[in-house]
Amino acid sequence: MDIISFICSPGVLCQVLVGLSRTVILFIVASGLSLILGVLRIPNIAHGSLYMIGAFLAFSVSKAFGGGITGYWMAILLAPLIVAALSFIAERAIFCRLYEREHIMLFLLTFAFALIFGDLVKLVWGAEYRTVSMPRFFQGSIPIFGLPFPIYNFFLLFMGPLVAIMLWVIVNKTKMGKISRAAAVDREMVGAVGINVSMVFATVFVIGCYLAGLGGALVAPIVNVTLGMDHTLIIEAFLIVIMGGLGNIWGALLGALIFGVTQSLGILIWPQFGIIFPYAAVIVVLSFRPTGLLRSTW
Amino acid sequence: MGARKSIVALLIILAILAIAPFGLPRFYTYLIALIVTTGLLATSLNFVLGFGGIYQFHHAVFYGAGAYGAAIMIVKLGYPAWLGFITGPVVAAVLSFVIGLICVRLSKLYFGMLQISLGSLVWAIVYRWYGFTGGDDGIHGIPMPELIGSPFGSYYFTLIVGGLSLLVMYRILNSPFGSALQGIRDNVVRSQAVGVSVRRHQLAAIVIAGFFGGVAGVLFVVVDNSVFPDMMFWTLSLEITIMALLGGWLTFLGPLLGAAVVVSLRTFVSGVTDYWTLVMGILLVLVILFLPEGLLGYVFEVWKRRTSESSEVQQR
Repeated sequence: MDIISFICSPGVLCQVLVGLSRTVILFIVASGLSLILGVLRIPNIAHGSLYMIGAFLAFSVSKAFGGGITGYWMAILLAPLIVAALSFIAERAIFCRLYEREHIMLFLLTFAFALIFGDLVKLVWGAEYRTVSMPRFFQGSIPIFGLPFPIYNFFLLFMGPLVAIMLWVIVNKTKMGKISRAAAVDREMVGAVGINVSMVFATVFVIGCYLAGLGGALVAPIVNVTLGMDHTLIIEAFLIVIMGGLGNIWGALLGALIFGVTQSLGILIWPQFGIIFPYAAVIVVLSFRPTGLLRSTW
Repeated sequence: MGARKSIVALLIILAILAIAPFGLPRFYTYLIALIVTTGLLATSLNFVLGFGGIYQFHHAVFYGAGAYGAAIMIVKLGYPAWLGFITGPVVAAVLSFVIGLICVRLSKLYFGMLQISLGSLVWAIVYRWYGFTGGDDGIHGIPMPELIGSPFGSYYFTLIVGGLSLLVMYRILNSPFGSALQGIRDNVVRSQAVGVSVRRHQLAAIVIAGFFGGVAGVLFVVVDNSVFPDMMFWTLSLEITIMALLGGWLTFLGPLLGAAVVVSLRTFVSGVTDYWTLVMGILLVLVILFLPEGLLGYVFEVWKRRTSESSEVQQR
């Protein structure tokens, strides 16, 4: 009884809502990771680096357009596109030659890219942290349960479902999505009916990386954009994808929700080691469903 | 590769290393000790990765567990150093058992991704638990027994323990257990069919590898007298995976060679430029593209091709 009234108290609910808006970022990044895992079967550890590059690009683009609201929207628009272009080059130059190899080679290759991207960021933007100024439009807060709730977090809570629905439409309703789902199950057969599988893979890879860049651009105004911001995020994204089921978009959403809620509650219950709770949730989930909550594509 | 040849090569290397400190400046003996330590770590990873076919993506966590186990026993709990040295690997083995038990039911990539996540949890706990682990500062100036307190002493201790650990791992890989493990790597279904308990063998391999990872951690404490959380960060795990890949992960000594190359490169490159990780990233891309069997694997390939050409008549 005590616990229930504790969880229902306004402070806790507000904390959960703030946690959920962080979840949205995690979901956007993790869904891209999951997409690439599901179709290409690469656990792309450079995904975190692309997220970081997205955030740094958001800083540069927004500055180039003079900060303010125009700068912000241009950053949201352009930063992920530049990330996608970068990933397209990497895919066509190197990844596409190695799809026949063992998964671990591809995994290590993505690590090589994580190393390279990390140092490139250091070369271009330096080692100091950057901040992206929040446009005036998003400043301020709205009271919820009597406590202030930042407007930007509302925007994030709106973006999450939007991305989920758009992804669902792309994967389930377009020809491209259908082909990629088929290629995930039987690559050779898809090639045999005369479809250019290599280009399908490239497209999926680029869409996934675009999402990493989008996550980075969206998170830029609420965090310090800094080297190393990719390191913990990628592990969290891994956890979410495992929990949800590899390659399942809705699984990623569910996983991100569980992760966000357990983490924000965990921090309230045990501030120093709140991080343990999402991991405990993952272990519990996996001991009942070893392949994740929702059906994995494999 | 004949079993005898591996052993002879190992003994020759050890003999050269044994006389090395008499002719080399102190910095190089430190470097060699570091290479032996890292090489042992990479070999213990390869025990599960190369010979077991298990995607242990976060192996460094056992390196850290061994080092922290020893350091905390000595500094925080005040036990004698030798007891700490034994505790370290045991802690690592227990941790690898727990993580292995959770992960071992999962298939390859799932295993790897969960393993890297759980390892990161251990890192996060160590990183935050200031009172017990020293948090992000780690623990420095760990007192050593007199015998191994000197640079000479720590060098020979590292060499002897490292060499013995390598020999033990080699023996295990050539025992029936090792054969079963490699059989599982090559064909899980067939191994099951002949009555090999796949999960149990894999778990045992994970614990053995974790134990020797812990031994490597203890050796690092002996060489450096300090521990810090970066020792169990996931990037280090992938670095040692690179060492195994670079040296050749289907060979026993490959990871040691890879460790020697990477550790020396890092030492000299980071003296010249701040962008060591960029160099390593490019190196890794090149290895994956052009040397997928690793350095030793490539050498053996060439060597095998030559001997098979000369002995073609006899074989047929």
